[in-house]
Amino acid sequence: MTATGVARRAEAEPAPVRKRVPPWRNPWRRPYVLGTITWLYILWSLVPVLIAVQFSFNGGRSRSTWQGFSTQWYCCAEGSVGEDPSLLLALENSLILGAVTVVVATPLGVMLALGLTRWRSRTSKVSNGIALVPLVTPELVLGSALYLVMVNLYQFVPLGRPAMLLGHVTFSISYVLVIVRARLLSIGGDYEEAARDLGASPLQAIRTILVPLLMPSIFASAMIVFATSLDDFVVSQFLFGDAANITVPIKLYSAVRASPTPALNALATLLLVGSILALILAAVGLRVRRRGTRSALDDLAEWG
Amino acid sequence: MLALPGTFWLIALFLVPFYAVMAVAFSGSIDIFGEPVPAWNPLDWHFGTFNDVVSESLSGAYREVWIRTAVFSVFALAICVVIGYPVAYYTARLAGKRRGLVLALILAPWWINYITRMLAWVNLLQDDGYVNQFLGIFGVAPVAWLAGNSYTVVIALAYGYLPYFIIPLFASLDRIDSQLLEASRDLGVGSFRTFLHVTLPLSKMGLITALVITALPMAGDYYTNTIVSGSPNTNMIGNQIELFLLQGPLKNFGASLVLLLSLLLMFFMAYYLILTQRASRDAR
Repeated sequence: MTATGVARRAEAEPAPVRKRVPPWRNPWRRPYVLGTITWLYILWSLVPVLIAVQFSFNGGRSRSTWQGFSTQWYCCAEGSVGEDPSLLLALENSLILGAVTVVVATPLGVMLALGLTRWRSRTSKVSNGIALVPLVTPELVLGSALYLVMVNLYQFVPLGRPAMLLGHVTFSISYVLVIVRARLLSIGGDYEEAARDLGASPLQAIRTILVPLLMPSIFASAMIVFATSLDDFVVSQFLFGDAANITVPIKLYSAVRASPTPALNALATLLLVGSILALILAAVGLRVRRRGTRSALDDLAEWG
Repeated sequence: MLALPGTFWLIALFLVPFYAVMAVAFSGSIDIFGEPVPAWNPLDWHFGTFNDVVSESLSGAYREVWIRTAVFSVFALAICVVIGYPVAYYTARLAGKRRGLVLALILAPWWINYITRMLAWVNLLQDDGYVNQFLGIFGVAPVAWLAGNSYTVVIALAYGYLPYFIIPLFASLDRIDSQLLEASRDLGVGSFRTFLHVTLPLSKMGLITALVITALPMAGDYYTNTIVSGSPNTNMIGNQIELFLLQGPLKNFGASLVLLLSLLLMFFMAYYLILTQRASRDAR
């Protein structure tokens, strides 16, 4: 990794004492100012969320004054996540939607990645373009377009879970495509050609050679799709229809100003735990395939 | 042939929906519920509503909302640059042996639900919340942060989108060959001028990517505004669209605004796609 070269030198060779060089002219001084900015930013970005998590364990009803530790807002005080049917329903809906989205979007995305990488033609360029556009389309545009098409054209798809599923799969396919294709390009065509030379049919070569090699990235993209689906708010809000299909982000959004009890913080915390678990699994999946110096974190950063 | 199902899916659920927006926006008639009847045949398109929306946007009721959207976004993006660039630079070049930890902490907000992050601020910004308690130490009277305060909305937008801004910038700064910087230093150039003449030009593309990636969702944001303000005085164009589409019969007005917003953003989207295509071709 070239990027740490400068930093490593700063640690390995303490700056030699130079009498007439003021500290701000010394290129190897420790980067205090930038370091402080970075750590302040990290605190700013994470501490509010940690405080919100803390208040999910509040002993009283307040969301701004600490009244002692308690798990009552998870279970089983009145209005807690365990007791309030609307909160439980939101949690259940979110988890089911996320799981089904993974099951539908992952194979579609993997097939798209395989197809687009191995099949070069004018049409493949066009469908490649179509596949990337959802990644840069503002969610508001995607959500309202899906809403209008469901209401006016695809009337056989009822608003609610089916419509939300179609919407989530639509933006998820592109994620799977990007992640799996990156791996596919780094594998190259050699293994597949070797299999073909040994008499495998194209489909056999894909099934027995490529898919096992791709497995870690397929798994990672499935987990990322799950986390993204859990977190999605805009597309769900346009497509959820009525209160029976509410998901956790929609529930948080609609309750944030209306009924502020720490149960809402508890629900948010559970959602957070769900995404973090999915993400840890994704990172583990990537670590399996990790060779050389790149870390899984670097990969995640690249896909951003 | 393996690509066919995915391609069909994206045509049916991405391109066709977009056509539906046009069909509703250019609808020429309304049904008995007052809802627009979509005009699927381009020959039936009526541009009356769309023209109204455009002229209202240029000089009428929506003008203020568009300007507010632009002003809020520009200020929030400026905050993103001022905070995000140093953070990305430090993480990519200077964090040393703590690099992994810093990177993990910077990626963390990506996976915390956006609404949860806003909810966290609503807790803190209550009239008796921690922020006002903290300001009270310095004798500052409690501020009504959540009652339609434009500053709150801009800061909330910056807070919400900073993680998405930092990461692409980090990736591009990370790719700069440190030998170039050392060469510059060996030639006697100071840190600041090295940054100005080497690092900054080399990270220009990353900076543009980060700005586009952040600006696109920000321009269509409505939920941040609803959560931290909820007042019509801070409405952005996203709020207007959500209002028309989900809370009333004037779907053709909503669809026209979506179309107008998409046309404005199309430029940025196309630019970004061409940029990434070029980058991936170079990488190959």
